[in-house]
Amino acid sequence: MSKLLLIVTIAGERVALPAGAVESVVELDTLIQVPRAAPHVAGLSALRSRVLTVIDCMRSLELGVTDCSDGVREAAVVELDGHHYALIVDSVEDVVEALSDPQPVRAAMGPGWERVSEGMVETEEGPMLLIDVAALVSGVEAKAA
Amino acid sequence: MDDLISEFIAECREMLEALGGEIVAWEATPDDRGRLDSIFRFVHTVKGNCGFFDFPRLEALSHAAEDALAEVRAGRRQADHALVSAVLGVIDRISEMVAALEAGDEIVAGDDTLLIQALQPSADVPVAPVAATVAEAQTKAVAPRTIRLSVELLDRLMSGVSDMVLARNELARRLREAPGDVAVDGAFERLSSIIADMRDSITRTRMQRIENLFVALPRMVRDLSADLGKQVLVDIEGGDVELDREMIEMIRDPLTHIIRNAVDHGIETPAERLKAGKREIGLLIVSARQSGNQILIDIQDDGRGINAKRLVEKAISARVIQKSEAADLSKREQLALIFEAGLSTASQVTAISGRGVGMDVVRSNIERIGGIVEVDSTLGEGTRMTLRVPLTLTIIPALTVSVAGQSFAIPRSAIDEIVRANGASVTLEKLGGAGVATIRGRRVPEIALADVLGLESAVPEEERSLVVLRPAGADVYALAVDRIHDHEELVVKPAAPAIMATGLYAGTTLADDGSPILLFDPAGIAKVGGVRLEAHDRAARLAEAAATVTVSDETPVLLFRGLDGGRRAMRLAIVDRIEEVPAAAIRPGAGQLRVQLGETILPLAGVNGDLPAEKVRLFRLNDGAREIGYAFREVVDMSVVGTEIISASSPGEVSGVALILGEPAELVDPHWLFANFAAASGTLSEQLVCRLPADDPWMQNMLRPIVEAAGYRVVSDSDEIAADLAILSEASSGDAAAARTIRLRADPDPASEKDETIYRYDRAALLMALKSAGAGRR
Repeated sequence: MSKLLLIVTIAGERVALPAGAVESVVELDTLIQVPRAAPHVAGLSALRSRVLTVIDCMRSLELGVTDCSDGVREAAVVELDGHHYALIVDSVEDVVEALSDPQPVRAAMGPGWERVSEGMVETEEGPMLLIDVAALVSGVEAKAA
Repeated sequence: MDDLISEFIAECREMLEALGGEIVAWEATPDDRGRLDSIFRFVHTVKGNCGFFDFPRLEALSHAAEDALAEVRAGRRQADHALVSAVLGVIDRISEMVAALEAGDEIVAGDDTLLIQALQPSADVPVAPVAATVAEAQTKAVAPRTIRLSVELLDRLMSGVSDMVLARNELARRLREAPGDVAVDGAFERLSSIIADMRDSITRTRMQRIENLFVALPRMVRDLSADLGKQVLVDIEGGDVELDREMIEMIRDPLTHIIRNAVDHGIETPAERLKAGKREIGLLIVSARQSGNQILIDIQDDGRGINAKRLVEKAISARVIQKSEAADLSKREQLALIFEAGLSTASQVTAISGRGVGMDVVRSNIERIGGIVEVDSTLGEGTRMTLRVPLTLTIIPALTVSVAGQSFAIPRSAIDEIVRANGASVTLEKLGGAGVATIRGRRVPEIALADVLGLESAVPEEERSLVVLRPAGADVYALAVDRIHDHEELVVKPAAPAIMATGLYAGTTLADDGSPILLFDPAGIAKVGGVRLEAHDRAARLAEAAATVTVSDETPVLLFRGLDGGRRAMRLAIVDRIEEVPAAAIRPGAGQLRVQLGETILPLAGVNGDLPAEKVRLFRLNDGAREIGYAFREVVDMSVVGTEIISASSPGEVSGVALILGEPAELVDPHWLFANFAAASGTLSEQLVCRLPADDPWMQNMLRPIVEAAGYRVVSDSDEIAADLAILSEASSGDAAAARTIRLRADPDPASEKDETIYRYDRAALLMALKSAGAGRR
């Protein structure tokens, strides 16, 4: 099994996104607020004439709020059910090959991580947490509903 | 006809394919309502379509199955195993017949009585194995003459092109910011025009002439009326109006239903008609026309009309309304009860206009696509149903507004009017914390957009603008926004689920500058803002219908200041839009001032003072055929003007003076403007006057535009102005005070040779008469 993973940092932690799901990595500059939307929806942005719904991953994981005030943020663009989302991450590092199928993580994770985890994968850089993009996008509220 | 049959076959095939799984699942759980409904819909559709075509076997089978399933739906019968197998037998047989039709064979005569009997409740007849009554489907497939494309594919193409337009806009912006090479600009221009062409043609692939929908109607009406022993003449107009193909599909069923109703319940039998003093042959007029970005489809019959009193009685007994409420209903509100679920004045259910699937479904289907259904009826004289539907589903004209520095879009179809919070005709009050705005005496709930969105607005309340909104099927309310920006045609896309979950937004879009904009859902804002819509639900809907149909003697006008500072009013209907152009775009040419707008050059009127040095604002006026520009300094407000106009002594740019919002304003005469600025030659010395009965909606809505286009000023029968011409319907007695009179008849054929009346849809004869009446005076 050779699956590519995109290593990103969210809330200071290095985690893996399935690289196949990520269309591109962009730098967001302007954000249009969406009043009354769920808190993890940071706003809207435009990418090549497409509207991106920007997801604040820290907020989605209940690990705090990403500070968007200082301008440019890095984000990974994913498509889900025909909608395009930009996931705000601290930084994008590298693409690596997965060396194993996801294995359940048996140790206790933080509550936010638990919800979006698809398991642990082995890589050349050691074990990584594989993130379920859909869970990240839907956020806490959807889970509760 | 062949096309229709192949369409019918394709539709059946699609439904059968989709139904495949449902049938099996229904067999396992006969109680499943959803599955039952989808099977019912299938047989209902087949039955309905058989009405157009001559497939008696198909019709008998589907009708029988529909009856049985309707019993189950109504809870009068249990779906037992016997019934399920019987229905399955029927569906199998239908699919065989469809297969035979598809292969180009006739349906062979055969016996279906066993199958139909098996549907009866007490039937113990074993279901015969599906017999080989139908000839084996030929293996040789018929070569298709056209390609069937899925609407989905067209949608993808369309959205691809929309993306391209947006990308082009972005590129245009970048090019402006970094002025480059002339060669690059030239290449970009070429690209732009190619994209524009492509967008046009893609849009057109989605457009269909409404004829496709209408072409089946005469046959359907003929067959229906033959079944019912009636005589009905169908008059179809406006088949060349084009409509998004998806919209055509969406209105097919409602339209069919309304026509069936009209023939079945509306038009009387020949004997009844003779007794009522009408011609034996009933007339059914189906017409389509485009009005702005809406398509209006009228279905008008001269039948017995709707008995509003009986409708109210039924509504009370069906507990749709309270007795106390009923007393307050206006005529129009009474009629609109026909759209309530479970109401029908027909005393018996017939094969033609069904049960259950009633006018309430018609209304909800039309409203789902952003349209409106209106009904107007006079007992004993006939009924008119009007469907108003938008042209397409994907491009929405919208108004952009801003609050707390952020822009949003509001669909224009929901906007009633826009007023300034500090305008003379507006007062704002707070009642227990709830906002109430009084706009020209009308009290409407008011909510601040900033509050709904939880934003801080820096604009004080009295300086905001109020957008009066009328969401589909709900009451009006006023929304206070910081600033009104612009009208834009927006390509709207659905927003992500997390955004839709707020209930406030209908979608997202990109503005010309490339930044995303959220499009509001007006009903959602009202809901989140706490405006109670339910209580006035019905009244509002009716008021809406009333507003669009009744002939009002108040004309909406736009109040503005001209370049010379004069307070003037322009009839709103002729203002296409407001534009702002650089002063350099205005130049004298060919003897008059002209303004360049994009790629067109229009004559410019209204230049009676100094032109501003930089930007000039102007109205773009449209008489339906030609356009002119009219420069002005600023817009003051929107208002209405009644009939009390003091006419100017000599014809000119100003036709008279009227009191508007408490102060006199000069009313601009659009006719004079067009005659002097747009006309290639000649100056009309004086306007001709034509008198039309004010209480005749047909005249006011259909005839008036023609008369006005022919150069007449239209007055009502109560105005004491000398008229050059009066137009009356054949039925009305007496003479109107006018130099000449034209009488119109509703019947295409003249009653006798001496008959000098004109058939009212004979446009050529009408125009001739209008012209000759005018010539007499000039």
